[in-house]
Amino acid sequence: MIEILFYVLSFVSIVTGLMVVFAKSPIHSVLSLIVTFFAIAGQYILLNAQFLAIVHIIVYAGAIMVLFLFVLMLLNLNKEAEPNKDIAMKLAGVISASLLMVTLTGALHGSVVPEATLAVNTSNGLVKNLGQVLFKDFVVPFEISSLLFLAAMAGAVLLGKKHPSQITDSEIQKI
Amino acid sequence: MDWFFILEKAILIIILFSLTLFIAMYETYMERKVAAFLQDRVGPDRAGPFGILQPLADGGKMFFKEDFIPNSSEKWLFILGPGIAMFTALMTSAVIPWGTELHLFGRTISLQVADVNIGVLYIMGFVSIGVYGIMIGGWSSNNKYSLMGAIRASSQMISYELAMGLSLIAIVMMSGSLSLKDIAAQQSGSLMGIEGFHWNVFLQPLGFLIFLTCAFAETNRAPFDLPECESELIGGYHTEYTSMKLGFFLFAEYVNMFISSTLIATIYFGGYNFPGLHYLPGNWQALAGTAVLFLKILFFIFFYMWVRWTLPRFRYDQLMHLGWKVLIPLAVLNMLLTGAWMTWF
Repeated sequence: MIEILFYVLSFVSIVTGLMVVFAKSPIHSVLSLIVTFFAIAGQYILLNAQFLAIVHIIVYAGAIMVLFLFVLMLLNLNKEAEPNKDIAMKLAGVISASLLMVTLTGALHGSVVPEATLAVNTSNGLVKNLGQVLFKDFVVPFEISSLLFLAAMAGAVLLGKKHPSQITDSEIQKI
Repeated sequence: MDWFFILEKAILIIILFSLTLFIAMYETYMERKVAAFLQDRVGPDRAGPFGILQPLADGGKMFFKEDFIPNSSEKWLFILGPGIAMFTALMTSAVIPWGTELHLFGRTISLQVADVNIGVLYIMGFVSIGVYGIMIGGWSSNNKYSLMGAIRASSQMISYELAMGLSLIAIVMMSGSLSLKDIAAQQSGSLMGIEGFHWNVFLQPLGFLIFLTCAFAETNRAPFDLPECESELIGGYHTEYTSMKLGFFLFAEYVNMFISSTLIATIYFGGYNFPGLHYLPGNWQALAGTAVLFLKILFFIFFYMWVRWTLPRFRYDQLMHLGWKVLIPLAVLNMLLTGAWMTWF
């Protein structure tokens, strides 16, 4: 039963993952990416990591992809509006993608495929255990990553803010 | 595999499914009657006694309308939109505890479809993906008004989701569990000497107000019904929809209203608990609990309608201001106060 589900979910995630790359319309890419996220969340549930699965859905499918879709719908990109990329851009894309592939194959080639680790501790992904791990064993990395998030947020606000010299008089009156 | 377990869950799911649709159907009737009452009119009274068959007539009309798909729309996404809206609305009822346990034929039957240990997050997850139905439907219509409605809906729902999640965190802190079954069961304790009255609303009044406001915004109900604001956007995201596809969008709103009333009743108003519940014997306890829960739900559905026909619609900048600059800071403050109270008392 679990094996069949595993293969179905893997198939769905790979096919929709490919569709993200090959879809002509950016909206279709984003929608396929959302389906990919759901398939991956399904894999988490098979590993008994319900908390990770639902957080994955809330954060990625529920928040980040909504923003992606939001921006794409506002821009309303379609085939005619797509800018013509010149040959240098295309070349750069091909080279960087090839480099990534070389790195990935190199990394995967040397690594030893571990035995299925399902039996080790299947309750690791439940809320209680995850909280213990995050706030006891890995509390310093956890706090550092939250600090990084805060820094990123402050940076985004700073970038989004207008420089004082760019604010016009009418806008000042509004404030 | 325990076949009786699957059978009882299947029966429970079918009952819940039909009950949800039945209630959503009669919510439309109730809405018209409440609106009529508040505006000193009679309301629908032609179909059957007191117009009681009006929802059936409306449904029949929806089915017989021409099912029109605009030429310039994205056909599959156009069909997918209302389907997603309905699907996400119906899925949420799975984790709600509708009562305690029934003892039938020597078996203990829990009146909850799935007691997952992440119930609260499950609901937040479905709330957050509920916006896709509106967004996909609005965008694929290829209509300016639909797109505006869809964009309004998505930004509104993302904004109010944050405050909603933050107000729920205070509840989770107090109960120490993400399971709705535990949260409901914990409210059976005594408060000021009254047994079964330990409702979260008395312990979290601010959190309740924030949750209630956000629930109105999440269901796109007045005074936050800007996504379908007819005076500016014709019909909002469902401008291009006809027939049962439109029916799905409208119906999903009523299902959402029912589910969010259920959530308010379960999380803040004691769920199936009421003073005197524990005096009742065995199975009557479960049945009376469920009946009381439905009374509470009905009250909140009425409250939704009461507000809709009383308050005028917000302006869009007011909506955003309320969400980001008032409700989110208040929710954070509520969280801090709860934390301080739990540490020192």
